[in-house]
Amino acid sequence: MTNVSQAANGSQPGSSGGGLDLGRLLLEGRAFFALIAIIIIFSILSPVYFSANNFLTMSSHVAIFGLLSIGMLLVILTGGIDLSVGSTLGFAGVFAGFLMQGVSFEFFGVMVYPPVWAVVVLTCALGAFVGAINGVLIAYFKVPAFVATLGMLYVARGVALLMTDGLTYNNLGGSPELGNTGFDWLGFNRLFGVPVGVLIMAAVAIAAMLALTRTPFGRWVYSTGGNARAAELSGVPVKRVQVTVYVLSGICAAIAGLVLSSQLTSAGPTAGTTYELTAIAGVVIGGAALTGGRGNVRGTLLGAFVIGFLSDGLVIIGVSSYWQTVFTGAVIVLAVLLNSIQYRGRKKRPAPSGGETSSPQREATSRETDLAAESTAVKSATQP
Amino acid sequence: MSQTPIKEDTADEVILSARHIAKSFGNVHALKTVNFDIHRGQVTTLFGENGAGKSTLMKILSGVLQPTSGEILLDGRPVSVASTTEAQRLGISIIHQELSLAPNLSVRDNIFMGRELGGPTNIDYAEEERQTRLLMEELDEPIDPLTLVEDLRLGQQQIVEIARALSANSRILIMDEPTSALSASEVEVLFRVIRDLKSRSVSIVYISHHLEEALQITDHAVVLRDGIMTAYAQRQDIDLEWIVRNMVGEGFDLGSPPTGYRMGDVALSLREVSVADASVPDRSVVDRLSLDVRAGEIVCIYGLMGAGRTELLESVAGRIPLTGGSVVLEGGDVSSLSIAERIEQGLVLVPEDRQRDGLVQTMSVGENLSLASIGAFTQWLFTSRRREQEVVEASISNVHIKTDGGGADIGSLSGGNQQKVVIGKMLATHPRVVLLDEPSRGIDIGAKAEVFRLLSEGARQGLAVVFSTSEVGECLSIAHRVVVMSRGRISAEFGADVTKEEIMAASGEAVVA
Repeated sequence: MTNVSQAANGSQPGSSGGGLDLGRLLLEGRAFFALIAIIIIFSILSPVYFSANNFLTMSSHVAIFGLLSIGMLLVILTGGIDLSVGSTLGFAGVFAGFLMQGVSFEFFGVMVYPPVWAVVVLTCALGAFVGAINGVLIAYFKVPAFVATLGMLYVARGVALLMTDGLTYNNLGGSPELGNTGFDWLGFNRLFGVPVGVLIMAAVAIAAMLALTRTPFGRWVYSTGGNARAAELSGVPVKRVQVTVYVLSGICAAIAGLVLSSQLTSAGPTAGTTYELTAIAGVVIGGAALTGGRGNVRGTLLGAFVIGFLSDGLVIIGVSSYWQTVFTGAVIVLAVLLNSIQYRGRKKRPAPSGGETSSPQREATSRETDLAAESTAVKSATQP
Repeated sequence: MSQTPIKEDTADEVILSARHIAKSFGNVHALKTVNFDIHRGQVTTLFGENGAGKSTLMKILSGVLQPTSGEILLDGRPVSVASTTEAQRLGISIIHQELSLAPNLSVRDNIFMGRELGGPTNIDYAEEERQTRLLMEELDEPIDPLTLVEDLRLGQQQIVEIARALSANSRILIMDEPTSALSASEVEVLFRVIRDLKSRSVSIVYISHHLEEALQITDHAVVLRDGIMTAYAQRQDIDLEWIVRNMVGEGFDLGSPPTGYRMGDVALSLREVSVADASVPDRSVVDRLSLDVRAGEIVCIYGLMGAGRTELLESVAGRIPLTGGSVVLEGGDVSSLSIAERIEQGLVLVPEDRQRDGLVQTMSVGENLSLASIGAFTQWLFTSRRREQEVVEASISNVHIKTDGGGADIGSLSGGNQQKVVIGKMLATHPRVVLLDEPSRGIDIGAKAEVFRLLSEGARQGLAVVFSTSEVGECLSIAHRVVVMSRGRISAEFGADVTKEEIMAASGEAVVA
């Protein structure tokens, strides 16, 4: 064991000793520290930022991204990606709006006004259906996840536009005579002073956390993303797991669509455009690896809060929206950069390079040697 | 550019010599101070079983890996082969078992890939084509330079690789198992090319499992065993027996078949099992093979690469579909069940490549160990951490894994201990039949012995064990029965009292007079 640690030290200066622990702590808790830093900086810059009411308002914005990010996390943990969640969100909102206007069955000559709970259930079912199509395409027809969900991004958005002819449903209030009031409760209202949307996100987050850490399904998700071949040979139903995560991601997007249209008291077909990218950013900032197998709900929530609190803070202090885009992008790249530093440190251990050469004339090249050996070591560890 | 410099004296002159080369991967010592010479214009063959360190040594010479210690002298001067590009510059080329050609490009484009004439923006295609044609003529293999590589036969593709090495002015050509995928006539062509290369004072390092074939072509023989060079001799001083003796060694005792108990009924029965070749669907890699294994029995399947061992075991475990026949487990047909269902029924596979198929690298030792037996510690919807901990701790102590505990990183374990994790994971499902594909691959001799001891213990308790190997020595250890596979069929079956020579003869590897 001794020469292993020697080699690791040699190729990664300062990777042990006093400075390491702080650095490692900062690296692993980076989303948390970033959030604290954002709160402190904006509290100094703006007097209105640091108040319970503002935090609750910002949190209700975060709820949308948080819901999408949790669904996205499940998909990314299996090594996939779901680009369709933004469109699914918009589609779900429009579908809910459509149901709230009443569905006419011309054959029977009646208009049916489903109650709000039925609207919620049907909308979630729609999200699940969209996700199921993604999942089946990816797991059984071997369409790359990127392509399958990119296609769904267009299809879902297109259908949403077709349903409304590009218009927005503004009347989501329902009417007491028809018994379909209460849609505004989902996002607009507060329970114990907390926006309902935030509570919904918290509930989904707890469910996802339990599923990932305490159920066989969670273990299957991690193992599928870590090494699908090994998981399959260990009896993990890899294909079913893949379909399930896309279904769950679709449901999360549908819930987010419901909450958003309730918050806005309108359902537009272009709602949620590019939200899929924000959701991915949240997952990545939260420390998950896009290659699958690594990540958790806690980090993802922190990632969503970082993005939400950052962009709202920039709005509050009056930074132009163009600069907001630049800042958000920079934060995402920084997060991915830190991810690769973190995981490179882990991969190095199993196959240390033969860096500790003794002859002096080789010292000059030993750095290159390390790099070359490392890359081949990583290759040989990952490739068949 | 295409001409290899021809030296006048092609006497017995050492062009490259590796001195005291050692290489460790973590706790695994793949090479332990090996000395190795390459003679100008001659063929040096490296003999050794799987895991003896042949490939590691060749990777060091060709710059793919860096040695942990030792030095390489080229023309008497120490050189540092820090990368494959550096190796190429020094005139060292390697032709891997899996060819590294781009099948979608023409022969010409492949030969000049990365070294395009006329620079990257203005390629001199005419000159490239002329030189390619010249090379092909020299090699006596009339392949049109504009043919796409994917349209060539495998043997011709190999010639293209050789041509590429020659056009890069290679003085040393390393060939790793060049004949394993070739037909007999293609081997003839390859050998003619090798003789031709020798006459142009190109030095060749040859690695092959086909001992007889290698003896036809070699001038020097070097034998590696467990990372140590055990023997060196010139061609005229040696014969097959000498090679086998030095390859296998007398030494380490891997145990003997467990006795003193009664074997049970037939646990696993393969009936006329066939599996199609993944690349050539008309061909069968496993051809109507039948085999019965009783509870408590240990069966060793010996065969060369390509004999169909892996395909047989994977199809029995349910990973690849059967094209014919059936798999019967304790009287019940399991041929149509999924992998998970077969595990449930008590039929498990420990795969050959533990990095690719055995371990989930992102999970801890404990999570890997419990992955296949989650059901055993799940109540209602949730897993019980306490009971999982029990399963993990029991596995760690049962299969003797050296680890800091279940929470340790899987990558922190040595190869042998990683293999024990894969075995422990499958044993934790309480199987009736366990299949192991090359369980000793890439682990050191001590770990090997321990794995075999585990299997004997299991058999004693009524487990049916089937393991495959390409090392003869391992057949003569714990197996009650040795089955030799060749071209997808069982070519011979022996009891525990078989000899190495009999096994090798039956596999088509070597016939010792």
